[in-house]
Amino acid sequence: MTGKAYLTGAYDTKVGELPGSSCLGLHAEAAFGALADAGLELGDIDGVLCAYSFTRPHIMLSSVVCEYLGIHPAFTAALSVGGATACIQVMQAQALVMAGICRHVLVVAGDNRATGLTRDGAVAALAGVGHPEFEQPYGISVPAAYALVAQRYMHEYGATPDHLAAIAVTHRAHAALHPNAHKREPITLADVGRSKMISSPLRLLDCCLISDGAAALIISAAEAAHDRPHPPIALLGAGQGHTHEHIIAAPTLTDFGCHRAAATAFGQAGLGVGDVDVALIYDSFTITLLVELESIGFFARGEAGPAAAAGALGLAGSLPCNTHGGLLSYGHSGAAGGMFHLVEAVRQLRGAAGRRQVPGAEVAFVHGDGGILSAHCSLLLGKA
Amino acid sequence: MPAPIAEATAETLPFWEAAARGELLYQRCRRCGKVQFYPRGHCAACAHRALDFEPSAGHGTIYSFTIVHRAPSAAFRDLVPYVIALVDMAEGFRLMVNLLGSDAVSGAAIGRPVRIVFAKRGEGQAVLPQAELVA
Ligand SMILES: [Zn+2]
Repeated sequence: MTGKAYLTGAYDTKVGELPGSSCLGLHAEAAFGALADAGLELGDIDGVLCAYSFTRPHIMLSSVVCEYLGIHPAFTAALSVGGATACIQVMQAQALVMAGICRHVLVVAGDNRATGLTRDGAVAALAGVGHPEFEQPYGISVPAAYALVAQRYMHEYGATPDHLAAIAVTHRAHAALHPNAHKREPITLADVGRSKMISSPLRLLDCCLISDGAAALIISAAEAAHDRPHPPIALLGAGQGHTHEHIIAAPTLTDFGCHRAAATAFGQAGLGVGDVDVALIYDSFTITLLVELESIGFFARGEAGPAAAAGALGLAGSLPCNTHGGLLSYGHSGAAGGMFHLVEAVRQLRGAAGRRQVPGAEVAFVHGDGGILSAHCSLLLGKA
Repeated sequence: MPAPIAEATAETLPFWEAAARGELLYQRCRRCGKVQFYPRGHCAACAHRALDFEPSAGHGTIYSFTIVHRAPSAAFRDLVPYVIALVDMAEGFRLMVNLLGSDAVSGAAIGRPVRIVFAKRGEGQAVLPQAELVA
């Protein structure tokens, strides 16, 4: 398959609690890892796209990262679109190489959220996505906002707590097969149902982790993508969808910008949901994934929950999903959380996912969402 | 530690002044007639810049809700478990409230009618629109 841009390098650091790690140190480790994976030197990189950091907040993070790395690129910028950032970084890198501005773009994100912030500090910082006048005075948190989605979705389409729990259990089973996953011990439906209630109906095991970690990718122009150590992965399609930021301004709580983002990406690629061999879809909460699977069209309304409970999202299922364990069990390090999905997509398409490998995977669908299902970006990747 | 005080802007000040005297305001566009919440300097539907504040009768139904057990900050820790609800008002706009009253946690349900009340969340706070279940 041919694309307009190619993923030639991918790397992720260890995730979890990494004492002594720092935001910039993690960025550098991921960046040099991705460069080595692509068989490139720092001097070959002429574009750098960064994200954002909670532990090292800076209005010019990409300049700080470039200085730290020791690189003077032709183009750099930091993007901040929550959990959609990693996919949007790749989409922006595609535009840079297609425009002839860059040949090799480094996209990188990382944060030491687990050891660099207290748990209370991380929760409070995330609650800042709420509207300062019309949401935050009511004690909104990110889990509470997603809980509002979950309650409505369950009401309209009959999803149950056990459907959500099945998603958490599947992710943990996948993470158990990944040597670097943050949480690997198996869990059961009963474990999810007994875990602490955070904001009804969402319990602790319905919620993503808070991890240290970083990831990086190299996006290369078509003419620069070949003769690298690994066969290039083609970016076949990309799309975005945006309907709101604050949950009070969401047009509905049952359909979101993922629908438009995915439709655009599939249209560009000339592919449909039935062509996807492995899906890597943002899973900040169990409900996030369930809503996105149905809104994108992988399952009909009300059917993703029963399908998850029947094993459809497992390695042997009809739609192997988040084979690394996702944000729920592999790890979540801010913008790097969504980039872990992309790194796993590259591994699956290279046939290098080890015990998690989906046999013969040729097409991967990757999706990120930021805010409260607010900002969406879908990517389709394929074996070149 | 007190709960956060709502920080009014020039666009939202009429809303907060009304709330302080027990009135819930929303905006209606003079050109397209759409209602909107939260207050802005223009219509988010048609970009027209002339809007009127109108008073709500205060009747709505619960579109969704959650019972919060894990507070986002120390300011809310003593209040758990508390109910956050999205309420669809009869006038056609949606807002976030806390469901107040001794029956809030046990009685919160999608579709249940509520009426808007006004309350502070702690000493010296802004008066917020809140809601109670209608029997
Ligand atoms: Zn208008």
